[in-house]
Amino acid sequence: MLIVLSRLKRVFDSDVGYSFRTSPTAIVAAVIALVCIFCALFANWVAPHNPFDLASLELSNARLPPAWSPEGSGNFPLGTDNQGRDILSALMFGARISLIVGFASVLLSVLVGVSLGLLAGFLGGWVESLLMRMCDVMLSFPAILVALLIAGVGKALFPHAHDTLAIGVLIVSISLTGWVQYARTVRGSTLVERNKEYVQAARVTGVAPLRIMRRHVLPNVLGPVLVLATIQVATAIITEATLSFLGVGAPPTSPSLGTLIRIGNDYLFSGEWWITIFPGAMLVLIALSVNLLGDWLRDALNPRLR
Amino acid sequence: MLAFIVRRLAQALVVMVSVALIAFMLFQFVGDPVVFLLGQDATPEQVLEMRNELGLDRSFVVQFWHFLSNAVQGEFGMSIRQGTRVSRLIAERFPATLELALVAALLALVIGIPMGVYAALRRGSFLSQVFMTVSLLGVSLPTFLIGILLILVFAVNLNWFPSFGRGEITRIGWWTTGLLTAKGWHHITLPAVTLAIFQLTLIMRLVRAEMLEVLRTDYIKFARARGLTNFAVHFGHALKNTLVPVMTITGLQIGGLIAFAIITETVFQWPGMGLLFIQAVSFADIPVMAAYLCLVALIFVVINLIVDLLYFAVDPRLRVERSDSH
Repeated sequence: MLIVLSRLKRVFDSDVGYSFRTSPTAIVAAVIALVCIFCALFANWVAPHNPFDLASLELSNARLPPAWSPEGSGNFPLGTDNQGRDILSALMFGARISLIVGFASVLLSVLVGVSLGLLAGFLGGWVESLLMRMCDVMLSFPAILVALLIAGVGKALFPHAHDTLAIGVLIVSISLTGWVQYARTVRGSTLVERNKEYVQAARVTGVAPLRIMRRHVLPNVLGPVLVLATIQVATAIITEATLSFLGVGAPPTSPSLGTLIRIGNDYLFSGEWWITIFPGAMLVLIALSVNLLGDWLRDALNPRLR
Repeated sequence: MLAFIVRRLAQALVVMVSVALIAFMLFQFVGDPVVFLLGQDATPEQVLEMRNELGLDRSFVVQFWHFLSNAVQGEFGMSIRQGTRVSRLIAERFPATLELALVAALLALVIGIPMGVYAALRRGSFLSQVFMTVSLLGVSLPTFLIGILLILVFAVNLNWFPSFGRGEITRIGWWTTGLLTAKGWHHITLPAVTLAIFQLTLIMRLVRAEMLEVLRTDYIKFARARGLTNFAVHFGHALKNTLVPVMTITGLQIGGLIAFAIITETVFQWPGMGLLFIQAVSFADIPVMAAYLCLVALIFVVINLIVDLLYFAVDPRLRVERSDSH
């Protein structure tokens, strides 16, 4: 316990901690992001209703406006959707899927990208050329197109098991374009680190190459990766929402924010704007706060700006 | 310079062949055309005969070669869902997407560059602050949400613009255009604005940053010392030099426009290639997906080549350096 506290104090007193304490934007963004993550994680307990409990849904409650309009009901603060689901609860459960996909796909891209980048930078030769040409080809395509294509292929390969696999396919399709940036960044910094004295010293003392990569080079190239990963969480969440909105992402049985927007889009013309706008606002709120945190982190970790 | 062009052409060729290989793999591993054509209860003899007829029993390399030579002629077979030739489907939809992307790109350039220049020249002013804040929001808003918001405000609430379709189109040979009638322009407004907003904010931020950078350089100070008017310094000297990176990004972004057109076309039910592609994805219509993929890759490669060549036209330093080194 004491160790944890002293660790926390060390983080709080560090340069990055100081920069955080003195940046109002970072604090506000962090609070918003934490509230969203909390609601998403504990949606089962925090949400006023369970939107997936079919027994509790009543069609007479369908398409109720938010509580502050005359026809609204205090029971459903942000109104209900076409099946009588409480929008606020659906938002929390939806944010959970969006966040899971966002974090998981970034984690996967970091793992793949950093390993390949390290290999390319450390080994050089044909491994490097091959990997970097692959990156070039990937980069010459918009990420959303590749993700769509993979989601489409996934759908064609597993036409029946689609609903259960959808989340996995989503994560893979976003990661497949995501790893490129990490690979390029890490390769760049590895090329610099490779020729430094501590690596040569490790080599001379007979440390195995894999161990040098993992124990010596890796910690020194992780800084930029951290910044990139933060911003990529926002991008991944938006990509997920876009895919779900286009109908190739999370299925209506376990809707993410994008799916909720897609469902609500059909009711836009009959004046039921809240079914679309609240999930949209939630999406923007998450993306904006994560983006702001990423911007702050980039400045905080940049030694030239200290 | 010739060596440079040859190298770029070779690179472009490699990209195209690898994309074609991916498209070909789609055919190979996703779905069996024989089962699709004959149905589930075909006899083994029928299957064998069909495989022979379609050339599926030949080696991978031979099949890929056939695919390539067909693809070069624009032939990708029949659409599984619609039963028409893919080349015809694409040709029908292509004008709509191209028109949308070009109008959006034009919009982004015509509005984005002046906004960027203004934000750089009057850095502290209220309007510049407004521009910068709005652009931050523009970057964080997903395209489809912008489209939905525009529909909600301008189509549902204000009823100023229609929210779907191309309106009236005129036929010129095989090309169709909506830009010759007032109704067509009326219909293209919201989709084009939706598509343009992201590019617009990007171009504006880029022009502002580049302009600030250029204004600090010595030759601008020298131009001022020569007694040139502010107008000549800003637009004759500074802006001209900011346009090189703007050109690169715009070139790359036209590809992005085509990708984002998928989203815009879905939101506005715009009958372009993007809508065709998204329908193909949800029905696993592989021939259409493969054709779209190859076409988009081709557009990307061509745009990149043009941008590279434009560098030589715009930046005389490049020509000198290249001829020195060779």
